[in-house]
Amino acid sequence: MLLDVRDLKVSFDTPDGVVEAVRGLDLRLAAGESVGIVGESGSGKSQSVLALMGLLADNARVSGSATLQTDTGALELIGAKRRVLERIRGARIAMIFQDPMTTLNPHLRIATQIKEVITRHRGLRGRAATKAAIEMLEAVKIPDPARRIRYYPHQFSGGMRQRVMIAMALACEPDILIADEPTTALDVTVQADILDLMAELRQRTNVALLLITHDLGVVAGQCERLLVMRHGEVVERGAIDPIFEAPAHAYTRDLLAAVPKLETPHFARASS
Amino acid sequence: MEQAAHGRSLFSDALRRLRSNKAALASIGVLGFIVVAAVVGPWLSPHNYFTQDYGAIWIAPTLADAHWLGTDGLGRDLFVRALEGGRISLMIGFVATLVSLIIGVAYGATAGYAGGRVDGVMMRIVDILYAMPFLFFVILLMVFFGRNILLIFVAIGAINWLDMARIVRGQTLALKQQPFIEAARMSGAPAVSIIARHIVPNLLGVVAVYITLTIPQVILFESFLSFLGLGVAEPATSWGALIKDGADEMGRAPWLLIVPAVFLAATLFCFNFIGDGLRDALDPKDR
Repeated sequence: MLLDVRDLKVSFDTPDGVVEAVRGLDLRLAAGESVGIVGESGSGKSQSVLALMGLLADNARVSGSATLQTDTGALELIGAKRRVLERIRGARIAMIFQDPMTTLNPHLRIATQIKEVITRHRGLRGRAATKAAIEMLEAVKIPDPARRIRYYPHQFSGGMRQRVMIAMALACEPDILIADEPTTALDVTVQADILDLMAELRQRTNVALLLITHDLGVVAGQCERLLVMRHGEVVERGAIDPIFEAPAHAYTRDLLAAVPKLETPHFARASS
Repeated sequence: MEQAAHGRSLFSDALRRLRSNKAALASIGVLGFIVVAAVVGPWLSPHNYFTQDYGAIWIAPTLADAHWLGTDGLGRDLFVRALEGGRISLMIGFVATLVSLIIGVAYGATAGYAGGRVDGVMMRIVDILYAMPFLFFVILLMVFFGRNILLIFVAIGAINWLDMARIVRGQTLALKQQPFIEAARMSGAPAVSIIARHIVPNLLGVVAVYITLTIPQVILFESFLSFLGLGVAEPATSWGALIKDGADEMGRAPWLLIVPAVFLAATLFCFNFIGDGLRDALDPKDR
């Protein structure tokens, strides 16, 4: 098992008392597998993955275990030293975020930003790093990558920026890609492009995907298995098809009902 | 956004906008002229700033004998002295600001990024330094070590980095929450490289504006010290020292006051206009 999370709990000390964000998450991810975590805002899905990366706020308390299979054996992520985690982040576990407009540094050329990751984790410098960065942009289908690598983020559209983020995330050939609402901030047509691209890259690189979203439609197209979270707990889990056909938990049924369908006659319903 | 042939940074965008601001542009021109004059001007005159000419005491501005801006009570040429004073004033302005910039940005960015207890301790140190009566501090330094330009740099730099540190720390606290910082952490960047590569470049705008406010502040502070007789030592001079000397002889030789005052006021005006223009140009709302 590539990633094995057992009984992960996250709570925050706030002035108003302890807030429990995640109340016992179990998750297993095999190499190349793709799992969706679905839930509404505040259900603890983002905090769970931040806990895996050791990037929670200072007032967070984490318990449980998360082991990552590496070349040198199993590595416990929870409570690992900062140096160890810095070697894991970006190299073995990479992440893309919701809003590509703000996840790139506006003051640096994208060449600098991609090369920073490549230099840190792959040890390539100068020309070799540039070449690797251009290859990554090519892989995410950015036209004319040799020229555009010199652009600043604000010269790209939202979809293109998300492609840059994906290029940065996959630049070091990670084992696991965590995608936190990767398409939420994008236009619908661009969403489809990005999802297609992610599916294609996943096949080519065999990276395992942990897809966090509130959109069941996205999960259906991308994932093999699904976890539904609510109030920090997993309320339903299993393969995609059975859950979509016969959701066991009332909350999952609500979520499914919330996905707009083409055949739903909106106007008719509004007038009745 | 139209795609340029190669990347355009936000900063070069801002410079482009600055170029369309007439007041700022004129100020840059005037300031450039003053700086160049201060650097090369003294060589144009046959006089120097310390030689006394007993045959030419309290001469009003005249073309005769090349005393273009007159002379003071010791027969020293004011044209050369005003420009020489400009050298010192501007040098103190730039160097002391550079010192406060380097210390302040490094300190503030570290405190802001580290946050928590580290931030608390570092900023309390700043608060304590703030509470020190700096004028007494400067006077003590002068009494112990004598009047020395280097000491003035140290004294002024020691005050000004506090403001810079506070501003930078505040900006860093806000920047730290930006998703791209989280993304950088997520890609395994250690704190040092996040501060150096992701925080500091994003502070450039605010810092640039603040620099244009700090330089005149420093020049003014030096003038103030000189006015109290704590500034540069004779025969070297600065605009502040010249203004003080001029004020003493205001009735007899008004040009001794007017000339350095005009230089000082023009310089301060220019910096303020440039600062204004920079702030407008770098305002993210206009982007």
